[in-house]
Amino acid sequence: MTWLDILILLVRCLVLALASATLFAYFTLFERRLLAKFQHRIGPNRAGYIPLPGGKKLFGGWLQPAADAVKLFLKEDVVPAMADKWVYIMAPGFAVVPALIIWVAIPLGTWPDGMGGNWLHYAPIDVGVLYLLAVTSIGVYGIAIAGWASNNKYSMIGGVRASAQVISYELALGFAILAVVMQNSTFRTEEIVTSQGLIWNIIPQFLGFIIFLIASTAEVVRSPFDLVEAEQELVGGYNTEYGSMKFALFFMSEYIKLIAMNAIAVTLFLGGGNFPGIDTLVAAIKTSNGDTIAYAVQGALTLGAFLLKTTALSFLSVWVRASVPRVRYDQLMHLGWKVLLPLGLFNVVMTAVFGVLFPADSLIAKIIMCVVGVIVVVIVSATATPKHAKRGVTLVNPSAGN
Amino acid sequence: MTTIDHSLSVPSPRSITEPALAGKTQNMVLNMGPHHPSTHGVLRLVVELDGETVVNVAPDMGFLHTGIEKNMEYKTYQQALVMTDRTDYLAPLSNNLSYVLAVESLLQCDIPERAQTARVLLVELQRISSHLVWLGTHALDLAAMSVFLYGFREREQILDIFEMVSGARMMTSYFRVGGLAYDLPEGFFPAVKAFVDVMPARIDEYEALLTNNLIWQERTMGVGAIDSAAALQYGMTGPGLRATGVAWDIRKAMPYSGYENYTFAIPTATNGDIYDRYLVRMAEMRESVKIVAQAATRLKDMGDGPWQTADRKIAPPPKIEITQSMESLIHHFKLWTEGFKPPRGDAMVAIESPRGELATYIVSDGSPKPYRVHMRAPSFINLQALPHMAKGQLMADLVALIASLDPVLGEVDR
Repeated sequence: MTWLDILILLVRCLVLALASATLFAYFTLFERRLLAKFQHRIGPNRAGYIPLPGGKKLFGGWLQPAADAVKLFLKEDVVPAMADKWVYIMAPGFAVVPALIIWVAIPLGTWPDGMGGNWLHYAPIDVGVLYLLAVTSIGVYGIAIAGWASNNKYSMIGGVRASAQVISYELALGFAILAVVMQNSTFRTEEIVTSQGLIWNIIPQFLGFIIFLIASTAEVVRSPFDLVEAEQELVGGYNTEYGSMKFALFFMSEYIKLIAMNAIAVTLFLGGGNFPGIDTLVAAIKTSNGDTIAYAVQGALTLGAFLLKTTALSFLSVWVRASVPRVRYDQLMHLGWKVLLPLGLFNVVMTAVFGVLFPADSLIAKIIMCVVGVIVVVIVSATATPKHAKRGVTLVNPSAGN
Repeated sequence: MTTIDHSLSVPSPRSITEPALAGKTQNMVLNMGPHHPSTHGVLRLVVELDGETVVNVAPDMGFLHTGIEKNMEYKTYQQALVMTDRTDYLAPLSNNLSYVLAVESLLQCDIPERAQTARVLLVELQRISSHLVWLGTHALDLAAMSVFLYGFREREQILDIFEMVSGARMMTSYFRVGGLAYDLPEGFFPAVKAFVDVMPARIDEYEALLTNNLIWQERTMGVGAIDSAAALQYGMTGPGLRATGVAWDIRKAMPYSGYENYTFAIPTATNGDIYDRYLVRMAEMRESVKIVAQAATRLKDMGDGPWQTADRKIAPPPKIEITQSMESLIHHFKLWTEGFKPPRGDAMVAIESPRGELATYIVSDGSPKPYRVHMRAPSFINLQALPHMAKGQLMADLVALIASLDPVLGEVDR
């Protein structure tokens, strides 16, 4: 590896880190505007706009993330007197670094560099899927350490809740991913993407996709599983004592992890950056304009498709947040251990059985698996949910007077 | 009434903190509040936690004590009315009504039918607006944030009506001894009609989000239940009591302001848990909309008419009379300098405020200022039952429980 390669790699890493930070910043804006739409509000629309003739304003609020960042930078950075100072200071770092390095193992698109590499896939490692699993679970250390080091009871409860929650949902998440690995017979993320072809994994692994969606929401402590920082119960949870940039780092790690989880879901279940017709399009451009342009176009299109799919899943996250109440701690554990874990096991067994019974890439097998998955989801959501007798009120004395 | 159960008591904060400070317990003692997002004001709860399970809770009140009752002793009867807005700040008109009715019962004066109907209409609007704040904050405490904003949209409509009649959105002081402060304004009926037309569909909307929502049911059903005997012994009133199956509503039991002439029902439920309190309040909103519609029809049928008592010793004469009649000028002067003097004695009138039985007790020594005013504040008394309901529940349930009791700390501490 020459010094030029190292320089290129460094620049690429910088680009990725900045890109994920920007993605985070604009995701917060996306979420706030979208929540506002759901709730009959306007949302942030003042910071930065493009004036149009006639007094209309375009892109109102597009500088809001920058304004928020400046505000957080300028805030006083307080370390509580009773906190364990160094651990307290290091905790945000522990949280944010895993969130940033998740991205290297995710193929963000396909932009061949002509030498067998891919500009949009930083680390095509053999155990890419295991890397993703490992890094997402390291993130909880930051939260647990923060909760402990703050020396605050609310933070402590938040930190303990975080550890318990992430460990519980790790298993279901692992099983969902394992089934995908079995389906595509590879641990390499880019091979999972390519081997899906046009029938994305969401079809044979429908059950796995549902498990993954729920478990990943819990894994990144997102509503309705955001018990870790339940404002109404724990004030701020693990980050109660954090302010200024340290809080911003926690905030950042949480959102980047959320986007990364959606990106992983896109990679594993929704065909990554692929979409129907991309191959013929690239081949056509290759013959007319040559390889370099064709690869660039392919890169841009696949990256665009990838981001579009990720945004669609992120929209789902915001929608869920706007709609449902938060679950309680024991209910969370019940769902994780008694519902999702057996389902994940069942999914793995089903994938194994179908893998043995049918030859590779059998369309019929995939369709049967999809049907079985839908049936199981329907049955489980109908039976595993607690039954409540329908209740109503009794209207007493409806007539006038006594 | 059954025998008194002496195991029902309210622990003091010290009974929890002192053993913990002395190192006699392994449990965590958590100071929830007075600054906490979910204590609905400045309520301090001393919570003894075993893991996440609540072992004991002691409410500590008084952080919002404003001396309202004492202050009223230094004001004339008309001036003291303004103080009542500030006790239960989510239902100022209910407080106004309770106070005004007590003074009127001291004075034994007659109130025109039109004023009474307007009072009923506005108080029921107030009940809806108060319940909307309860619904919003309750849902928000369980992190269903959208309901909060939907509720405030409709509350805005009600506050606009209040602003229309009184000039103020919250501190209305619109009911005066002897009637109303001013006549109902132009545009009042269309505004009320617009609200009555839209509200039932909006309540359906809230219910669609929550009533059959599995997470909502899981969080509220069977949580924080209290039986009717314990609820009665704690003196609980309002939706909290009705959710236990006791159909006690002052509007039916001791009608005031002509409530006996309206068709409405008392919603009750049987389980006494958070979910039932939710159901009861939702049904109450629907009943209130019906009462508002009935009152609006009646007011319209009555047409214009007097909106305060004709007794010039209590209610000021209209301005036009003052310029023509010496006697009116004297009345006006006496009322605004000295105030009216109720006979010696005392009076207590209870009304059904959004939170329960709100009674104002007034002792008159024959002077223009009340000798003593006391309010039986439903928030304060309902809060006593919190430790009983919270024991053995989880910390997250405690938050839901406080919300379901719907305390207003301004009223708790007065």
